Amino acid sequence: MWKEKAIKIFFTGAATTSIVVVGLIFLFLGKEAAPFIFSENVAKLFGTEWVPVSFEKEQFGVLPLITGSFLVTFLAILFAVPFGVLSAVYLSEIATKTEQEILKPLIELLAGIPSVVIGFFGIIVLSPILKNTFGLESGLNAINGAILLALMATPTIITISDDAIRSVSTSYKQASIALGASKLQTIWRVVVPDALSGIIAAVMLGIGRVIGETMTVLMVTGNAAIITANPFDSVRTMTATIAAEMGEVPFGSDHYRVLFCIGIILLLITFGLNMIAQKVLRRRGV
Amino acid sequence: MKKMTCLALLLMLGVTPFLTSCGPSKETAYVNIKGSDTIVHVASSIAESYMKDNPDSSVSVTGGGTGTGIAALLNGTADIANASRKIKSKETDLAAKKGITIKETAIARDGIVIIVNPKNPVNELTMNQLSNIYRGKVKSWKEVGGDDSPFNLLSRESSSGTYSFIQKTVLGKKDFAKTAKLMPATSSIITEVAASKDAIGYVGLGYVKEAKNKIKIIKIKADKKTKAILPTDETVKNGRYAISRPLFMYYNINAPESAKKFLKYVLSEKGQSVVKSEGFVQISNSIN
Repeated sequence: MWKEKAIKIFFTGAATTSIVVVGLIFLFLGKEAAPFIFSENVAKLFGTEWVPVSFEKEQFGVLPLITGSFLVTFLAILFAVPFGVLSAVYLSEIATKTEQEILKPLIELLAGIPSVVIGFFGIIVLSPILKNTFGLESGLNAINGAILLALMATPTIITISDDAIRSVSTSYKQASIALGASKLQTIWRVVVPDALSGIIAAVMLGIGRVIGETMTVLMVTGNAAIITANPFDSVRTMTATIAAEMGEVPFGSDHYRVLFCIGIILLLITFGLNMIAQKVLRRRGV
Repeated sequence: MKKMTCLALLLMLGVTPFLTSCGPSKETAYVNIKGSDTIVHVASSIAESYMKDNPDSSVSVTGGGTGTGIAALLNGTADIANASRKIKSKETDLAAKKGITIKETAIARDGIVIIVNPKNPVNELTMNQLSNIYRGKVKSWKEVGGDDSPFNLLSRESSSGTYSFIQKTVLGKKDFAKTAKLMPATSSIITEVAASKDAIGYVGLGYVKEAKNKIKIIKIKADKKTKAILPTDETVKNGRYAISRPLFMYYNINAPESAKKFLKYVLSEKGQSVVKSEGFVQISNSIN
């Protein structure tokens, strides 16, 4: 009897560990950021310039970093969603069994490519292509990062959308076809609308993947902290900023604490996205 | 499964540094070096040659940046810190607070080379022009004698020792232009300069030797009247090339004998020949 109890406790412990870890991460991020958040310097966070190392005046405005992250994420989703959703529709509704067996593992393989390798590809291959196609002075810009991130988010979107589309009841499809609708009409008017909440959740998780990605954007976006909506400009994302500056920042300085603040902002954004995705999924009862 | 959890827990508790530090046997003289990414290549090459000559010793060299290295030295997790800049007063204060006396040894000189694309017609710049370019005061290559196209400014990340060095010696402690791209590594600066006609970047002298045909080295004039100087071992050593700096190793005065022995080796003829073969410039005078 006690053995069963022990095993139960062990499993409960294993299941709650990740929650505890998330809580601890929040706690420690907050602990490092708090001295800055509760000082009068906190107004600096809302500035529009990011100049953390300066002999003139250090500036910690996170706005350029947030807009940088958003621009890259927005563009990436713009590329990834049509591709991802169309692929999912194809995989679940149109592809033959053999095609599915070939395509699915390959798509999952794409998800497994390390981000640093994708970044390498961005510098060596994609950057010159962009530069020559659009006549730019440099191929290191927001759109380069966005294309690569789209590549990384697509597998997430495909896999989850595919599941959602598969879970659409066969009787709906049969009814639609019985009423004389063609296959295409059935897909667009019946299957996709029914799976829509699952597809939206997939997109949300894709966004979460994109906004948190670090290595690739650090390598290919040029990292200039400017506020811009031009996809051909260089941008600096929140993740790249933390990764690039954390190693050398004087311990306990304002700069150090601001990097933790950025971490919190980032965590809150991904947390929010995941919550929305969960809510949407739950509405479906998946 | 349970074993895995235990292992994960151990890792989380940060027992790993402890485990590795009790790895080698007692007879092995173990030296741990950490710091500047600029020095990491040359330091590990010297370490290799040192370990060949002293088979009973083990030297590990890691990068991470000058600040990381000095922090590790102060925490006692490194015996020697590589630094591409002088130690900051903040750091010496911290050392004093911990009751540590830190000594400095210059191990080499490094010239920072300004590079552009070979297709760029510009061959030389004055320090003043360079400062204006990087501060964003001039917008087009035309204004410094080149084509009529905007600059593609490349800089290292603000965490790099080279970044603050350029900021100090070239920009006169002013800020970089906001449009300057902050590249995560020296190699990405070279790749981008090789690919982009309008790019300008700065890298250590050691890095350009292998990339000579992909990029063009700019001659630097200290001011309008002086001659333009090409960065070479000679001009860096005698200080005629304007953008050069010493590289340091910092160590605790109470460091183990093995660490001091290694430092002596770095300054010896053998160590300095490695310095030269790695593209840096030898230190001529011996240091106390």
